Amino acid sequence: MALLSLREVSKSFGGLIAVKELSLDVEPGSIVSLIGPNGAGKSTVFNLITGIYEPTHGDVVFAGRRLNGLKPNAVCAAGIMRTFQNIRLFAFMTVLENVMVGQHARLKAAVWDGALHTRFASNEDKAADRKAMELLEFVGLEAYTSFWARNLPYGMQRRLEIARALAGEPQLLLLDEPAAGTNPAEKDALMQLVRSIRDRGVTILLIEHDMRLVMGISDEVHVLDYGEKIAQGPPQAVRRNPRVIEAYLGKGA
Amino acid sequence: MSGPRRAFWAVLILIALGLPFIDRNSAHISAYVDTGYIVLLALGLNIIVGYTGLLALGFAAFYAVGAYTYAFFASPQFGMHVSFWLMLAGGGAVSALFGVLLGAPTLRLRGDYLAIVTLGFGEIVPQLLQNLDKYTGGPDGIASIDQPRLFGFSFGFNPVPYYYVCLAVLAISLWLLNNLRHSRLGRAWMAIREDELAAAHMGINTTATKLLAFAMGSAFAGLAGVLLAGKYGAVSPSGFDFNTSIMILAAIVLGGMGNLTGVFVGGIIIGLLNSLLLPQASNLMHALGRFTHIPVLQAVDLNQYRFMVYGGILVLVMLFRPEGLIPSATRRAELRVQHHDAVVTGAGAEHMAAQEPVV
Repeated sequence: MALLSLREVSKSFGGLIAVKELSLDVEPGSIVSLIGPNGAGKSTVFNLITGIYEPTHGDVVFAGRRLNGLKPNAVCAAGIMRTFQNIRLFAFMTVLENVMVGQHARLKAAVWDGALHTRFASNEDKAADRKAMELLEFVGLEAYTSFWARNLPYGMQRRLEIARALAGEPQLLLLDEPAAGTNPAEKDALMQLVRSIRDRGVTILLIEHDMRLVMGISDEVHVLDYGEKIAQGPPQAVRRNPRVIEAYLGKGA
Repeated sequence: MSGPRRAFWAVLILIALGLPFIDRNSAHISAYVDTGYIVLLALGLNIIVGYTGLLALGFAAFYAVGAYTYAFFASPQFGMHVSFWLMLAGGGAVSALFGVLLGAPTLRLRGDYLAIVTLGFGEIVPQLLQNLDKYTGGPDGIASIDQPRLFGFSFGFNPVPYYYVCLAVLAISLWLLNNLRHSRLGRAWMAIREDELAAAHMGINTTATKLLAFAMGSAFAGLAGVLLAGKYGAVSPSGFDFNTSIMILAAIVLGGMGNLTGVFVGGIIIGLLNSLLLPQASNLMHALGRFTHIPVLQAVDLNQYRFMVYGGILVLVMLFRPEGLIPSATRRAELRVQHHDAVVTGAGAEHMAAQEPVV
């Protein structure tokens, strides 16, 4: 059974239809990419999954549970974490604190535990600290734990966002253009990172413009244009699909 | 806690404990107690403004709620005489409730809009207290409030016992707040301050967390209100006006928003200025006036210029040290960003590491 299913999901803003009757399955353990020209509705799909928007029609089903109408924090608790197209780190918190905030939904210390610094809270925080360190090593930022997030260079900020998202122990990770603005060497490293995240057992849904990256790591690719799906399939097949070529390059003379 | 910091707090605690023996002038001690209340208020407002980033302006309203709660429950007004110690918790709780009542409808507002709504609330409360004279005693307020008793000993108007009670409350508050700052909740507050949408995606229930900030911040103000009503045995609406709200805000801006040590120091400076230095300076001016036979000096009342002084302080702080006297590492960075807006490059970057001072 698919881990995530969109079932004929539509979203309109007034008269504008941003996403139209989109159906999409993400199998557990796979890397699925969502591509399409700018304005095709890709980020809207992410926002529909994570509860920023509620679908006008259709259902979002995750691990057998309907997510429609859940708030972002509840979607996170259900096991979906995400990164953002425009990096949204907690700029003036340290790198380590960013990753610890990512664990929020997995930590249980109540208000009084924190206020009284009970043994429970103190042990839990120590464990959270260790886990954050482990994740920062995983993405290669262990040397920067006490920096403010905003002082990291761009490529590292992207990695920090991924570490922060992983801290929430997601079953499904949504990556919104993780390679945007990175150089070729960083892109190769990122591709490696995404694969090793999948190898940790996390399913990945990816929005990306970099075709080399998409073709290199995806198990399946879905192509959106004007809010509608125009193609889906393994990367090599999608790449040769005439409708996809038309959407990206326009009709040939 | 680092060595110098430990020494700083050790000296501070010793001075605080010994102060009533060093300075036996009871008017002075009374002023120190009032300063302590200002510090308590500043610590509470810091949760809302400094940690969670919600600019709330009418904070004195919660101070009033605490004070009047105690006045209602421990005076001839309604014939009730509940114990002061019980009402310390009770006043805090009622204020927290009002914090939630105000917080709930304003949760969708941010920045300027939130500031304006809280400002409105800050105006409504003193107005209600003035005009519901059947219950609140109107502009005269409520008098003959019970003063605290402990083991059969009544505190009366001797400021020394109030001093030590205030000190104990402050010590406990600082301990709680320092714990909270480094807890799951403290991190959630700051995450909301930095980016509310991203915070929600990290699993933080932003609604509940912001309400909690309002409730806990207001509880500190309520606590200060009960202490105040107990000490003076009387309350009236004039002590909880907009000027008081601004004074508390000035304290945290001066000290350094978001940093406990900074807020503590800011509260002490503004508090002492308010209840000790300006009245003293007036007396000094009068003496000078008599000595030099200048009638203007003899008549001057510097208390009248209090808010000019606070305004002046705010302007100077904003011009020369916008992050406050003892800022949190965060605020300093935020406000000084344009001066060292650089990107980390290799090994030479250690100096850019954030070192949030740990209280």
